[in-house]
Amino acid sequence: MNKDVTVILNKSGVQRALTRISHEILERNHGSDNLVLVGIRSGGDFLAAELQQRIQQIEGVEIPLGAVDITMYRDDLDSRGSLPLGKTDIPFPLDGQKVVLVDDVLYTGRTIRAAMDALMDFGRPQAIQLAVLIDRGHRELPIRADFVGRNVPTAREENVQVEFEPENVPSAVRLLKP
Amino acid sequence: MSFAQKHILGIDHLSREEIIQILDTADSFKEINTRAIKKVPTLRGKTIVNLFFEASTRTRTSFEIAGKRLSADTINISASSSSVVKGETLEDTARNIEAMHPDIIVMRHGASGAPHYLADRLDCSIINAGDGAHEHPSQALLDAFTIREKLGRIEGLNVAIIGDLTHSRVVRSNLYLLNKLGAKVRLAGPGTMIPPGIEKLGATVYHDINQAIEGADVVMMLRIQLERQGKTLLPTLREYSRFYGLNPNNLKLAQENALVMHPGPMNRGVEISSSVADGPQNVILDQVENGVAVRMALLYLVSGGEETEG
Repeated sequence: MNKDVTVILNKSGVQRALTRISHEILERNHGSDNLVLVGIRSGGDFLAAELQQRIQQIEGVEIPLGAVDITMYRDDLDSRGSLPLGKTDIPFPLDGQKVVLVDDVLYTGRTIRAAMDALMDFGRPQAIQLAVLIDRGHRELPIRADFVGRNVPTAREENVQVEFEPENVPSAVRLLKP
Repeated sequence: MSFAQKHILGIDHLSREEIIQILDTADSFKEINTRAIKKVPTLRGKTIVNLFFEASTRTRTSFEIAGKRLSADTINISASSSSVVKGETLEDTARNIEAMHPDIIVMRHGASGAPHYLADRLDCSIINAGDGAHEHPSQALLDAFTIREKLGRIEGLNVAIIGDLTHSRVVRSNLYLLNKLGAKVRLAGPGTMIPPGIEKLGATVYHDINQAIEGADVVMMLRIQLERQGKTLLPTLREYSRFYGLNPNNLKLAQENALVMHPGPMNRGVEISSSVADGPQNVILDQVENGVAVRMALLYLVSGGEETEG
């Protein structure tokens, strides 16, 4: 517990970032037609639900919301073992849709690679865009986010934690130094 | 939390937590079987050998489909078409297969303990798909998965298992599993088919099947293994059917929404009447469907497992 902790975003900071991202998503896509949200478990699915709510407030339209668990698509089974699986739940077709993939923290990009492979198994989206609350750098793959809440320069040994209240409302983002 | 077992030799050596982890993992895999593209890359590059020394269609096919849906390469070897008929020993057969570097061998063998014997001698993971009259862990797991899915829980349920208890590896694995998850097991069958001391594995034994069925939440019928002993332990199949078969009348004694299960293949009109086998309470094809998800879970979990002591 003697870790050095810095608060990157407090609750209202997180809320404002999500609201801005919602506007950016609608602006970039000229509205909400053929737009769907898919959050990456666990964390991204909660944020995707927040974005869905805000888009409904702005446009008055409830856009489809799904969740993807990428454990089956990981590239490190041999080194990390059989991690517990979550559930993928995409109860709508992705063919021809503009999919906004949502994650909490963008780091190496490997999770996003796995999530895109998973989405492709569900159909052929017209486009995949990426929304993240935090981009902490250190990419290992040629992947970038379309919508970013906050860019945070970090060291590899540091840890970025997005915290959620009960009811899965995001409450803070902290940077933990070793 | 990673899965600690390298092999799945039986339910006996699994903890309650490990069993629940397998069922939860299967729950996640089940969704893949209903996708348009029924394949995930999880076990890409892994080789799975299905080594079957006894006839099996359902279990072998289920393991094969499970492996293929996880993108592993699966190869089937059955005793009738292999060098076993030319006199090779089990260990030599296995060593020859191992020289080709499989990651997992799924094996069925007529001798109890055969998979344990190979697990001690080979480097790859071994999954027991049935050894003699000993264990059939994937069957018990798919049974438990089906019960949990349909009734929402296993703890506290009354499960009646009826039929040939002596020759059944299904009953042993189910006894271990249901006891570990807190169900109450009742066994019933003809006296010649009840092995002495089986109640020590955690069950109440009845000779009258009506007593076993009364108030049960699950009625699991076992197959009379006609090819094994049909003649010596039973006077006639008609008599067996009359005293130990499940029919609409004795099923009424069970709970109203009780599940009717059978590991297959069924002898219709012998241990189970057609009207029950096709009736609204049967979950027999759900068992088969869930078998693929459960076997995907086993293949996935042993692939990341570590060798543990003991």
